[in-house]
Order: sequence, then C-alpha cells, then structure tokens
Amino acid sequence: MTQFSDVGVGGLVAAIRSDRGGKVFLSVLTAVIVAVPILNLLVAESSALHMSSYTVTLLGKYITYAMLAMAVDLVWGYCGILSLGHGAFFALGGYAIGMYLMRQIGTRGVYGNPLLPDFMVFLNWKELPWFWHGFDSFPFAVLMVFLAPGLLALVFGFLAFRSRVSGVYLSIITQALTYALMLAFFRNDMGFGGNNGFTDFKDVLGFSLQSPATRMVLFLCTALALGGTYLLCRYIVASRAGRVIQAVRDAESRARFLGYRVESYKLWMFVLSALLAGLAGALYVPQIGIINPSEFSPTNSIEIVIWVAIGGRGTLYGAVVGAFVVNYAKTYFTAALPSMWLYALGALFVLVTLFLPNGVVGLMGERLRRTAPAAARVDAPVVPE
Amino acid sequence: MKGPSHGLALSLEGITVSFDGFRALNALTLQVDIGELRCIIGPNGAGKTTMMDVITGKTRPDAGSAWFGQNIDLLRLTEPEIAEAGIGRKFQKPTVFEQHSVFENLELAMAGNKSVWRTLFARITPVQVERVEEVLLRIGLLEQRRAIAGTLSHGQKQWLEIGMLLMQDPQLLLVDEPVAGMTPQEIERTAELLTSLAGKHSVVVVEHDMAFVRSIARKVTVLHEGSVLAEGGIDEVQSHPKVIQVYLGV
Repeated sequence: MTQFSDVGVGGLVAAIRSDRGGKVFLSVLTAVIVAVPILNLLVAESSALHMSSYTVTLLGKYITYAMLAMAVDLVWGYCGILSLGHGAFFALGGYAIGMYLMRQIGTRGVYGNPLLPDFMVFLNWKELPWFWHGFDSFPFAVLMVFLAPGLLALVFGFLAFRSRVSGVYLSIITQALTYALMLAFFRNDMGFGGNNGFTDFKDVLGFSLQSPATRMVLFLCTALALGGTYLLCRYIVASRAGRVIQAVRDAESRARFLGYRVESYKLWMFVLSALLAGLAGALYVPQIGIINPSEFSPTNSIEIVIWVAIGGRGTLYGAVVGAFVVNYAKTYFTAALPSMWLYALGALFVLVTLFLPNGVVGLMGERLRRTAPAAARVDAPVVPE
Repeated sequence: MKGPSHGLALSLEGITVSFDGFRALNALTLQVDIGELRCIIGPNGAGKTTMMDVITGKTRPDAGSAWFGQNIDLLRLTEPEIAEAGIGRKFQKPTVFEQHSVFENLELAMAGNKSVWRTLFARITPVQVERVEEVLLRIGLLEQRRAIAGTLSHGQKQWLEIGMLLMQDPQLLLVDEPVAGMTPQEIERTAELLTSLAGKHSVVVVEHDMAFVRSIARKVTVLHEGSVLAEGGIDEVQSHPKVIQVYLGV
C-alpha cells in the first residue's frame, strides 16, 4: 500500500498497481471475457474446444456468486462485520428483476392474463397489488434492484450500528433478518409467488432468454459487473477511508477516540455491500431462470461466508477464488456423491480455519513470497497477537 | 476555543457514577490547569479509569458537571465530538492499528475532516507528511515508519499511541498507565516524552509506578473510593497520613 495514494482515476491505477493478486485476477477476468464468447459462439459445436451454453450459464452463475462473496469480503474482511444475512440482499435484487421478468411474460403465461402473473390468477386475485406497479419498466426494476436491498441495509444497519451491536450478536440478528424474510416470502399472500417464487421467464428487453446471444450478453454483463465491483472495492479499500475501516476492524474504540464516526463508516460499507449483493442477485436470476424464497435461507448466507473464508478474506480476489472453488466442488459433489457434499463443505471449512487462516490465496501468496527476494517483503502480513 | 493562559484545561465538579449500587466515582472534583502535567494515583478500584471514561464520553455520570476549557460541556458531547474538541486518550493496553504501518497509524490519527466521503478522496499533502515525520521523530520511531505496527515492541506501541494522540493536536492528553510492562530504559524515555509534552499540552497521567510518578510529576492527585483524598507535590502527598493509611493499610 503506497503512502502517497492518489485520488480519482490516478488513485485507482495506484490501487491496482500495488495489488499483485488483483492484477492476476483482472487478467484472468479479461481473458474469460474474450475467450468465452469465441468458444461458445464462434467455435463449431463439433469441435472439442466448443463451450456449451450450459457451461456459460454455470460460469455466469459462479461469477454472480463471486460478486456476492466480494460484497461480503468488503464488510467482513475489511470492516470486521460478519454478516450472516447477505443472501437476503442477493435475493431481494433477484426478486426485483424477477418481478420485471414476470411482467414481461404477459399473455404468454399459462392463463394468458395480460396484466397478472400466473400465480396471481391462480390465487384468484383480480388486480395487480400496488407494489407490482412500475415493474413493467426495466429502468424502474433496475432502480428497485438497488433500492430494495440498499434501503433494507440502511435501516437495519442504522439501528444495529447505532446501538453498537457488533460481533456475534450482529451475526445472529443478520441470520434472523434473512430467516424472517424467507418466512415472509414463503407466504402466498405476500404477493411474491409463495414457495414457487418466479420462473418461466420469457424475455428481457424483448430478447428471448433462451437464445444463445442473449445468454452471452447476460454473461458478459455479469463478468463486467464483477470487474467493476472489484475496481470499486479496490479503490475504496486502498483509500484513506479503506484504512479507516480496517482500523475500525482492528481497534474500534481507538478509531472512535481518534474522532472517527465509526457507525457511519460501518453503515456506508454495509449499504454498499448490500447494493453489490443486490446487483449480483439481479444478474443471477435471468441466467438461472428462477428465484424462490429458498434464496433467503440462512444456510445460503452462511455458505457465502465459507466461500470468503476458504478463498481468503481481506483481499477481494480471494472471495472470487473461494466462490469458484467451493461452487465447483459443490457442482461436482452434488452430482457424483450427493450425500457427501455437506460433510465435504464442513470439513473444508474446518481445515481452512485450522490450517489456512488466510485462505487459498494466502497460501499461494506465501509460496510466492518464499521464492521472492527478501527485499520485496515490505508488505508481509502479520499475525495479530 | 483556547482558554486564557492561566485558565483551566479541565474542570470536573461533583461527578458521581454508580454501577449497580457501587459508587465508582463519588462527588469527584478535580481541576487541571492549561499546560499542566498532572499525575493521578490511587489503589485499584479508586475510580481512575472511570474518571477517564467520563471525560472522554464513554460513561455518562449520574450527577456532576465536566467542562473542557471555558465553555465546552463534555457531558453533552459524543466520543468523536470530544476527540474533535481536543481531548486525546491513551488506553492502558497499547491500542494501535496492528495491521497498518507506523506511518499509516499516524496518518489516520491526524486532525482533520474525518467523514466517510472526505476520507474516500483524501490525499496526504507534503505538509501533512512533514507533520507525521515530526511526530515520528518525537516518539523515536522514524526508522520504523514503514514497519507494521503489530510487529513493534510493547514500549514502541505505547509511544506510537502517544504519537497518534499528538497527531490529533489535542489540548488535553489523558494517558492511562503508560509505563506498565516497560523496561527501565523505556520508562526513562517515556518520562522524557511526557515531560516534553507538558506546557504545549495539558497532560493527565494515571500511573501505579511511584518511581515514575516521582520522575515526572509536579502535582499529584490521590484518588480513593471515587473521590480526591489528597493533592499536592509528590513529597507532600507521600507524607500525607491518610494516603499512608490507604496505601499501607496502617
């Protein structure tokens, strides 16, 4: 971390330059953005190099998880707020875009009602509930993708941080938050499709969700969003504000007695993190084609934290590595040995906590440092007492 | 906001704090002059730390008044507001930002706008770098400026924390047991550092180590059961019959 950190674009460039792992991450991401469309759309299907649309969607899903993990790393790795409810913000973003996609179905639904989504017709509702108005407009839905999780995080964070709820107590109430939302969304009369949620989407902005081209555009948007999320977070953590939030993490009362309004720092980081999680959810739903209340399940939120821990917290790119490693393993295990997955996940978490406190990227960083000349070790991490 | 040169830096009157019926502070009245170096001693449970908590806004008293300078009512301000008004506090246990470098620790402590938005776009200026270096020199950590604070020795961390207080440019410094766990050489350097601060700042030191108190203090206040037992020069206080009774139990 340079002492003479710049601001604006110059600051961003300096922030990336000083982060070797981040440079590797951005290079890989760029390679993915270039290679995936070529392998999927240009390489003939008969070729061994062809990438199937299934793989593209799977990759897109992992990338939205990576964004979500990065959002959690921002608050947990840098600010010390262990949120066990970030799945709620992800799901809210997903529901907001899902409402738009439901309205786009129009007369193509099973019941052919031009205004009401199928589940409302099924429930014998006669008119659209007030909170469904406006969701036929894409810009409005995008606004809600940010507004819904952002507002929830603002109110929740304001109350929690102002009362100085922290540590394990905060983690528990974030769990309660996502659990309460899950129960609420399971109810049919909430107006969000009950336990079935939303599915059978047809198109987005007039483009069919089934067409490979649309799927590719969605994939590219997701990959670019991950890159953008990284740049934004990297700028923040390398700025003086970033050093303040890490200071809050390490010695909160010292930061407070130095005159920092610790609550505002925590609140804004929490809100930003919720916005990013909401965006990830909004990119997830059109690619996966379904959103239901199980996304609010407390175990989902805990899993996100496990991704970050396994990847290595406090690095941003570590969260990406963790999301990919764990979800790839999950895809593999749930197909090959479905009953073993939860044991494998638990074992992985225990092993990482015991032997790799800095996660997978911490291990790789150590390897690199050992081979690097001693003079390059200025930023060697320290183990807190 | 600076008071007149002969004025008071801090004035506590009739401060009472109870925790579940236990009176940690009992109508405590204490005045500190501007530029003074005051030592506060007293047995465990005398209320020294609670007094610091009241001054810095961490604990609200049940009764009494606390004024900083001529016209700042400490009981109406929050912790960050008190810090901004010019009171710096050093904790008993060295509390520095362990994952940041020494330089960054001081940079974060620097007086200035500390809102989220401003720090997001803050950039350190050459003048500020000079200011940090000045403090680094003063606390004797110029060579360790790039070291991660967590790797410093106990004594160095204590000095770094005092340096962080200096970066805030406070008028009043509260220092809680600065020499606990220090080597004799470190104690000597700490004494030099604290005495060099008096005059420009008002300094209140809470300490157990009588030899250390003797080496720095001009005026000593003895606390006992939440109020002032005796006050005066170190010899005067040490020969005070009530103090002898409390300390030696005779």
